[in-house]
Amino acid sequence: MPDAPATATEQAAGKPVPARHGTTTQHGTTTGPSPEPVRLAVRKTYKLYVAGAFPRSESGRSYAVVAPDGTHLANAALASRKDVRDAVAAARKAQDGWAAATAYNRGQVLYRIAEMLEDRREQFAGVVAASESRPHADAQAAVDASVDRWVWYAGWADKLAQIAGSSNPVAGPYFNFSLPEPTGVVGILAPAASSLLGLVSVLAPVLVTGNSAVVVASEERPLAAVTLAEVLATSDLPPGVANVLTGRTVELAPVLASHRDVDALALAGAPPGLEVDLEQAAAGNVKRVLRRDASLADWTEDPTPRRMLAFVETKTVWHPVGI
Amino acid sequence: MNADSQEQVVKPTTGSAAVRPPPDVPRRVEPSGPLPASVAAGADGAMAEVARSETTLRRFLAGLAGVDQVGAEARAAALATRSVKAGSKLWAIDTAISMVDLTTLEGADTPGKVAALCGKARRPDPSDTQVPAVAAVCVYPDLVATARRSLAGSTVAVASVATAFPSGRASLSVKIADVRDAVDAGADEVDMVIDRGAFLSGRYGVVLDEVRAVKQACGTAHLKVILETGELATYDNVRRASWLAMLGGADFVKTSTGKVSPASTLPVALVMLEAVRDFSRSGGQQVGVKVAGGIRSTKDAIRYLVLVSETAGDAWLDASMFRFGASSLLNDLLMQRSKQRSGAYAGSDDYSLE
Repeated sequence: MPDAPATATEQAAGKPVPARHGTTTQHGTTTGPSPEPVRLAVRKTYKLYVAGAFPRSESGRSYAVVAPDGTHLANAALASRKDVRDAVAAARKAQDGWAAATAYNRGQVLYRIAEMLEDRREQFAGVVAASESRPHADAQAAVDASVDRWVWYAGWADKLAQIAGSSNPVAGPYFNFSLPEPTGVVGILAPAASSLLGLVSVLAPVLVTGNSAVVVASEERPLAAVTLAEVLATSDLPPGVANVLTGRTVELAPVLASHRDVDALALAGAPPGLEVDLEQAAAGNVKRVLRRDASLADWTEDPTPRRMLAFVETKTVWHPVGI
Repeated sequence: MNADSQEQVVKPTTGSAAVRPPPDVPRRVEPSGPLPASVAAGADGAMAEVARSETTLRRFLAGLAGVDQVGAEARAAALATRSVKAGSKLWAIDTAISMVDLTTLEGADTPGKVAALCGKARRPDPSDTQVPAVAAVCVYPDLVATARRSLAGSTVAVASVATAFPSGRASLSVKIADVRDAVDAGADEVDMVIDRGAFLSGRYGVVLDEVRAVKQACGTAHLKVILETGELATYDNVRRASWLAMLGGADFVKTSTGKVSPASTLPVALVMLEAVRDFSRSGGQQVGVKVAGGIRSTKDAIRYLVLVSETAGDAWLDASMFRFGASSLLNDLLMQRSKQRSGAYAGSDDYSLE
């Protein structure tokens, strides 16, 4: 507007406005230098990760997470069997779409998870150091190894078929080939030994081949798992492909093992006394079961394709050739 | 919301007010006090009077008490929180299975699909003989004969949609022919749609005459009248349409075709259940309610059963008085049933899709 007074134009142009805070109240009286205000603590609520959302347990329960040295770290959600049910339903719903994504795309998503994790290294190092009472540098190394592990598995996405698939010579006019396909919904009991690296080491090989996962985090050290869920939620991983539950392993594992919509079970973090029962329950719908490997004490060993190959099915196609 | 407040305004136009109901008419004794005698005068007197002309009909329907929308939704939401566990849940699941109208209403329906559906209707869970059969199989008229053949010798009824389902946009003669076609092919139950266009433009007489004509064409077949509540806009309209259908001789009032969203909701079912209860209390016959569309989980089904019990009463907790129109609901009921029995959650591959 051409006739607008110059002062108005100056105000609109963003002349500095006196700050309200400081020593002058809104009424214009001076109160003198105030003491440094005490900030209220903002404590994080550790929740579940189901179907891409962060719900509390359906049961409303929670439990105290305590570091090995006895300090109280946080309260985590104490999941119930109904949370398992919801997580499995979410995983089942998401699995088809994730399996149908191209291997290239799945590799990209896993790499994206590594990127997100890399961005939050400091946060994770703090969580791991606190919940495992480890030196910070040690925890830092575990986080770095976790990032590298996501990258390592991401690379396998479009290469696994080259070692697990084949073209087979057959006595007929057919081109016969075999290729790996995802097993489906995989229940994972995450190991306690290394709360982040161990979890990544069991979760990444399940996801990369197109399975969806329901993870029961380590009962004593669930915080890294919940924080990792925040990374998963911001990494283009479709909702429901990975679900993270925290709670009592003895309560959740049997429900997961007997659930007929779960196709496989990774027992990495199974309590030693419970393994036989879990395998028996898993036999109900002939789940694939990957037993706990006692040789993997702290998960720092270089990974092999073994864990990926445990959760794939081989499909063989007979394709007619000739005229 | 309150039955009494509604009945106060249900006043027939003539002076049959002093007539008490005959002693042989069964009537639920309610703590809320005696019904106004004018309303309780019996179907033949009061009801016939209401339907005497377009004017009396309009006056009657306009005189029905308005539905308290907030109250209805709050009541339905409150009842939905009720927890049904263990033995009661098993009973509810079996009852719900016996109330299912297993439905397939697709353009792509084939005789093979209908036959498979009928097999599932007779024996929902082949591995468990304790599971009751469903109430009926609901198909389009041209597939009634197929369903009839597949269900021979079973207790499962054949229901057919008719009257230019789902829109109902056809002339009365076409609709009647549609109904006759279904009944002649062996349908035990006919699901008709009301003319929502006529209802919404206030031509209640047209709707009433159509329901009566279809009822006549049905002969002995049961008539379910679909109100398509998703198109009626208000709960007041749902209440009016329910009364209109009942005055026309409906054996059931049904929420929706399943082709329009929103389909059945708990508050709508609440209003309809109140209507059938009030109709029965006023001396009319006991009319059933069928909810259809969007009911997929056992939890939803149990919520409806609670609503039935709390609103209309236990006399309606029977397949002859309450039905679920559904297809995917049955599988969830079977999965929950197996969970209750075995303790392990069932898999989605454990039950057939059709």
